[in-house]
Amino acid sequence: MSPPAIETSELTKVFGRFTALDSLNLKIEGTKCVGFLGPNGAGKTTTLKLLTDMIFPTQGGCAINGISVQADRKRALADAGVLIESPEIYPSLTPNEALEMVADLRGVPVADRRDRIRSVLADVKMEEWANEKVGRFSKGMKQRINIAATLVHDPAVLLLDEPSTGLDPRGMAEVRSIVRELKRTRRLIFMSSHILSEVVDVCDEVALIDKGKLLFYDTLENVTSRFADGHRSVDVVLARPVPPAVVEQQVAKLPTVATADQLDPRRIRVRFSGGAEAQERLLEALVALRIGVLSVAESESALEEVYLSQVSRGD
Amino acid sequence: MATASATPSTTQLRVPPSLQQVAKLTRYQLREYVRSRRFLSLAAIIVAIGAILTTVVAYYHGTLGSLVTDNLAFYGTFWGGGVDLVIVLSAVFFGGDAIAGEFQNKTGYFLMGLPVRRATVYAAKYIAALLASIAMLGLYLAILLGNGAYYLHLNALPWQLGLSLVLALVYLGAVLGATFLFSSLFKTSAYGFVLTAILFLFGFTLIGDLITGLVKIEPWMVISYAESTIAGAFSANINWGLTATVSTSPFTGATSYSAGIAEGIVIMLVYLVGTAAAGLWLFEHEEFN
Repeated sequence: MSPPAIETSELTKVFGRFTALDSLNLKIEGTKCVGFLGPNGAGKTTTLKLLTDMIFPTQGGCAINGISVQADRKRALADAGVLIESPEIYPSLTPNEALEMVADLRGVPVADRRDRIRSVLADVKMEEWANEKVGRFSKGMKQRINIAATLVHDPAVLLLDEPSTGLDPRGMAEVRSIVRELKRTRRLIFMSSHILSEVVDVCDEVALIDKGKLLFYDTLENVTSRFADGHRSVDVVLARPVPPAVVEQQVAKLPTVATADQLDPRRIRVRFSGGAEAQERLLEALVALRIGVLSVAESESALEEVYLSQVSRGD
Repeated sequence: MATASATPSTTQLRVPPSLQQVAKLTRYQLREYVRSRRFLSLAAIIVAIGAILTTVVAYYHGTLGSLVTDNLAFYGTFWGGGVDLVIVLSAVFFGGDAIAGEFQNKTGYFLMGLPVRRATVYAAKYIAALLASIAMLGLYLAILLGNGAYYLHLNALPWQLGLSLVLALVYLGAVLGATFLFSSLFKTSAYGFVLTAILFLFGFTLIGDLITGLVKIEPWMVISYAESTIAGAFSANINWGLTATVSTSPFTGATSYSAGIAEGIVIMLVYLVGTAAAGLWLFEHEEFN
């Protein structure tokens, strides 16, 4: 069985005199989560709509799992879960009925349908609303049902357009948790977002688009090191407050470390050079300092710096 | 939990053939219609029309003469003369925003993420609107039959009512086809409602009258002209043919045309097929942006 894949070839979309997407060539293959980043109007949603045949390309084309979306949308979308622009569900349907409709149209066997629906409703924490009419739901609740609808057939490819839109902070965290969980289950997730922390938190790779042009597509690690003069940043969370002197005189002096900034008494941002091996050695050195290291994670600010430098460069 | 399954299983799933998807989607669309406020509202309007009709017939039945003794006159007047309003109202209520609403209310974004052809969505919505409209026709017919049974007895049911019913169904199909076309033309529901109501309530009739009056030719290209066969089915001398009956008023000298039954059916079918094809083409080429 070939791995899930998304491919765009010279994909171009022009609205009147405005080029929303300009010759996008993107090939994503395998089971991973790819963040599709860009400012408002960059072409993210346009790309996702083209990938789902909601709009038609001016030039070029795209395929899901090797099947051209433009030539055969039905086959191309058969193994994909799609969430674009917070769609509305028919207001008189209940979540159970809406998901039953999706399962029915997608060919989920009747015997499995009830369990699948119950399961995805549990995933999005909407079981207790299963028999209430969707028309009465808040935007966030509807978005949860939309997310459930993308999962009901257990797809290999997920196309998500800013899935946490409209959700409260708790809902956003839950969406991230769902996406993280989905990553473990051999799927290809292509998720547009302009929330950098979300991308850092759940994505393995990132594609940055601005003014309809793809600026880069690479792993998160490569992106942050490539565009940060060879430096990467990690945020270190500590179990107990650490004196500033320790940060300045010990952490900042560790091999490969360029700078060490204390964000608050229990958090330090360390900028260092090198790849995964250097990060491993840095972690060992930090632990050896006995300052109570709880966690070390890729800093959001690293991607933010890349984002701002690349996007502003295009302005 | 579902998201924790080892491997997505969808590759084993078989998306149903398009015809099956049409049937499934029709079922859900119909459920949406039946539960909607507009279904209840239209049913209430028809019941109100029926109540007025029943009251008037009951109150004046002594002075209505043949209208309550002659079954052709009764059904010709109340069915042939009233069903077109029920049809147009049904088309406006169930078809006016059928396609435009998918864009305006963003429900189309939900459907378009599914592995269904656009033609499947269009056909399912059309059939659901047709079935909901037939339910309204059935309600109106039931009220008439109730009155008819009281005044004329059920055994006096004329076969012409069956013919007129068939013609009304063909007309309903054509009106809905046109309504879906208007609905596909716009991404705003109100335009579909207004255009359908204006054209079918008086626009086409006005155009037909102008054509007849000004250039004195048969207005065969106007659907309201073909619709006159629904009432024409109750006339004493039915014109079954493909050509119109032409008559001249002895008082004004004005020429008038009455479509033959076969001619009316052909005109309505041409409208049905033409508008359905045009509406579908538009929907196939319309973008969700």
